[in-house]
Amino acid sequence: MSDSGRHPLFLPAILVGGVVFGFGLGLSQMYRPEVVLRFLQLSDLGLLFVMGGASLVAGTAFTVLSRTGRRAPLTGTEFGKRLKTLDRNIVLGGGIFGVGWGLSGICPGAAYASLGVGNLPILYGVLGMFVGAYLQGYIRSLSSGAGHPTEEAA
Amino acid sequence: MGPETLLPNGIAHYLLGGLLIGAGTVVIYGATGITAGASTFLESTLSYVSGLPRFQQFRFTATRDWRVVFTLGIVLGGALYGLAFGEFGWTTDVQWWRLLGGGVLVGIGTRVGKGCTSGHGVCGVGSLSEASLLNVSVFVSIAVGTALTVQALGVSP
Repeated sequence: MSDSGRHPLFLPAILVGGVVFGFGLGLSQMYRPEVVLRFLQLSDLGLLFVMGGASLVAGTAFTVLSRTGRRAPLTGTEFGKRLKTLDRNIVLGGGIFGVGWGLSGICPGAAYASLGVGNLPILYGVLGMFVGAYLQGYIRSLSSGAGHPTEEAA
Repeated sequence: MGPETLLPNGIAHYLLGGLLIGAGTVVIYGATGITAGASTFLESTLSYVSGLPRFQQFRFTATRDWRVVFTLGIVLGGALYGLAFGEFGWTTDVQWWRLLGGGVLVGIGTRVGKGCTSGHGVCGVGSLSEASLLNVSVFVSIAVGTALTVQALGVSP
């Protein structure tokens, strides 16, 4: 997807999707680290309905659109699912992410929405995420020599 | 424990919020075929400022502009929510070192594990991807253990 040849509605569609996504993070209260921590401390399990509702809606659309065999109107990309290779990194990364999520109550999408609500202290968390992503990339560059494409991340 | 103790705030806003998060994902997917996650933005945005080959991969440089737009959309959506529901300007009481330290681990973990709560938790689980179901079950159980431990150590908030 280079800049040239992109459909003029490509970026507007991404923006609209992001706004709806962020509004949902607001409504679900997941933008508050306190609410996430209460879930993780097992004192309010409401967040199960956030992830359940979101993945049900997304999963239904993925399944239905994949079966049509059609292509996305703005990109011509074939509708498919999000399938990553199952390897050790899936478990290792999930474990590291879990310690961070359990310590802070923040994850990337919720942190961006929280910033939008005006929660400026969340910038500590966003800064931390950039530092973490950089550290990970820097260390991987050292160990692999070059940034050979391992697998697409989302 | 009955449902009133495990769900002291009901389920309506949680479920509606979740449905909207799913709807935002579907808007992007239906228009572009992209199963968008929020955490690749970190690496793709680093490609603007870091010359490391790791960040200069095509999959980051080719997607970094729309990932910025996606993130700005999430920020804007949060702002609209805050203004509409009178919560704009709310700030967290969770201590800065927890946000910063947790953020670093979240940044490392999502990149090692190829996704986060949106990429694996929403798109991956929605795709019934085995890798995502495993990743989510690992991070939720570890996060519960971590949060309970931190709480037991008397750290609050």
